[in-house]
Amino acid sequence: MRPKIARLGGVLAVGVALTVGLAACGGDSGSGSGGDSSAAAPSTLKIGFMGDLSGENSGIVIPPSNGAQLAVDEYNATNPKVKVEMIKYDSRADATTAVSLAQTAIKTDKIVALVGPAFSGESKQAVPVLEEAKIPNISASATNVDLAKNGWKYWHRVVPNDGVQGPAIADFIAGAAAAKNVFVVDDKSEYGKGIGDAVRGQLKTKGATVTDDALDPAATDYSSTVNKIASAKPDAIFFGGYYAGAGKLLKQLRDKGVTAKFFSGDGSLDKGIIESAGAPQAEGALIGCPCRIPTSAETDEKVKKFAADYKAKFGADPLIYATEGYDAMTAFLKAIGGGATTADAINEAVGKSDFDGISKHIKFDPTGEPSAKSIYMYQVKGGQIGLLGDTTTATLG
Amino acid sequence: MFDNLLGSFWPYTIDGLILGAIYGLVALGYTMVYGVLRLINFAHSEIFMIGTMASAFVVMTLGITQPLTGFALIGGLLLMVLAGGAASAGSAMLLERIAYRPLRKRGASRLAALISAIGASLFLQELFALLIIPHVFNRPQQGRNQMGVARIMDKETLFTLGGAQVRVDQVLIFVAAIGMMVLLDLLVNRTKIGRGIRATSQDPQTAVLMGVDIDKIVRVTFLIGGLMAGVAGALFILQFEVTKFSIGFLLGIKAFTAAVLGGIGNLRGALLGGLFLGLIENYGAAVFGSGWKDVIAFTVLVLVLMFRPTGILGESLQQARA
Repeated sequence: MRPKIARLGGVLAVGVALTVGLAACGGDSGSGSGGDSSAAAPSTLKIGFMGDLSGENSGIVIPPSNGAQLAVDEYNATNPKVKVEMIKYDSRADATTAVSLAQTAIKTDKIVALVGPAFSGESKQAVPVLEEAKIPNISASATNVDLAKNGWKYWHRVVPNDGVQGPAIADFIAGAAAAKNVFVVDDKSEYGKGIGDAVRGQLKTKGATVTDDALDPAATDYSSTVNKIASAKPDAIFFGGYYAGAGKLLKQLRDKGVTAKFFSGDGSLDKGIIESAGAPQAEGALIGCPCRIPTSAETDEKVKKFAADYKAKFGADPLIYATEGYDAMTAFLKAIGGGATTADAINEAVGKSDFDGISKHIKFDPTGEPSAKSIYMYQVKGGQIGLLGDTTTATLG
Repeated sequence: MFDNLLGSFWPYTIDGLILGAIYGLVALGYTMVYGVLRLINFAHSEIFMIGTMASAFVVMTLGITQPLTGFALIGGLLLMVLAGGAASAGSAMLLERIAYRPLRKRGASRLAALISAIGASLFLQELFALLIIPHVFNRPQQGRNQMGVARIMDKETLFTLGGAQVRVDQVLIFVAAIGMMVLLDLLVNRTKIGRGIRATSQDPQTAVLMGVDIDKIVRVTFLIGGLMAGVAGALFILQFEVTKFSIGFLLGIKAFTAAVLGGIGNLRGALLGGLFLGLIENYGAAVFGSGWKDVIAFTVLVLVLMFRPTGILGESLQQARA
């Protein structure tokens, strides 16, 4: 029996390898609208967009991809000397796929800049490839703290990191929500553990009692975690991870009769959390995000115009990271509009960016981090995610 | 360290048993096919996935917005189970016809059948992710996303046991799962077709000489295995209300583990292995934290196999006595 088991283990490994291989093959997707077929002409530069465009977490990558596309289309419509074509790379959030796509983008497609990679895990692996090829890149959604500590010269992001987001959410949990006993769960991912630890650390300095646990986002049964939470009787729960896991956890918590306030970070800011948890169970859930999502009660004219243009073009409201995707692409377009046509020149111009974007004022510090660091709190109400306000000023009604 | 487990022993036990019952139902498919063909049907996890999809489709088609009650609820549940069972049993038989029988007829090695199983597994996953979920479930571009399923019954607490709330849906799942297994056990031990299955698993050559139609037995085996996985899929939807194209992967590995743990080829072993694995996972998570759940479960598997290489109840189908 034992040799049989060993053989089976090998078979499983082959199965996994095959799955990964398939994902890699299916990774490439066609360019978006506005593509110019005479791409080889020097009058057109190619900018990539990389992220999970068809996978489980594509709900938080398609909006920034649309935002970036909108920026490109608006730019091309002004008939500039050098036009821009956006090429999409579907990494399905898989680091291995992201690396091979980055190589394709550099060697075959000869991109001069890249918006992405969307997530932290894939960024960690794929950015070094871009760095070596000296391709400037701006992520609209990778929030892991450590990314800025690699000394990368061509890397930037337009969202504050988890080191900003985590403590801001923790301050809100201990402040506005007045929770003393908090249970923190993470999904063991690069992102989930990072933000979970940031929340844990800040809550402890605020004097709250913190209990913790971890879960597997691919699993469905979270009863052991739920039982732990039920016996800890917390005032608030924070989950570090993506919406698929958050929805399942939230549903099982409410079904067990746990009524503590449920908090999560930007990875859970998607309607999918309501669908997975069920609207009655999701009601009242609070989700923090460094992102600025246009709401129906918008007063800022610039944001209003962006939301209207976006809706006209894509037939949907701009969701998470749509404004950030637009701003990231705009930083590149401003550089190209200013006469930069090589990757190096674009990188230099992007580093000096200083303009009012849709999501925030866009300016980078030398490590590539954005200078503006606001974190916003959103809440599920009546099956919709609504903006509650800036975490430093928002209150729970 | 242990006070967490001791403090909420019953909640962990109940959740472990519910999950274990679902593991057990899926494990039956692995164990039966192994018993008859000496083949690990790796595509069985996708047969389970198809069961969840069919049940989810029923809930979607019924257009449920509020949980049902009374006869509507009973009808809805029956429809879910029937759809799940029928879809899974049908696809399991189709799978056998397309992926295994041609190989078996040509005398291909068991490894070839194993590769065919892996291929079928990937094929079915991608089929759902690329075609069926976007089109049949009308979710374009979201084939790989998790799908939420509407709540079909209110999850009311039925009674409390040692501080643990036992919900009506949990009782229903446990009773249904055990009921299915008892029926199967009777079928295999008391009927003519069951005798055929046992004979084939003991000695296929002699069984043929004794007038057993092997093709028919193999078909029935896949049918029953698929049926059990489909019912498990329906119960899974009832309990968790989510599914996706790759939902079977992790559960399939666990169910396969349960089958090996109980003694592969042994029907009662599958049930026992499932319940045992469900409990160990939850107790392990209680003591060491949920991140360690799988580590604990597989460590126990290795330990059990070290001392009982053929699993808890021993290897083959024929040894399961009435």
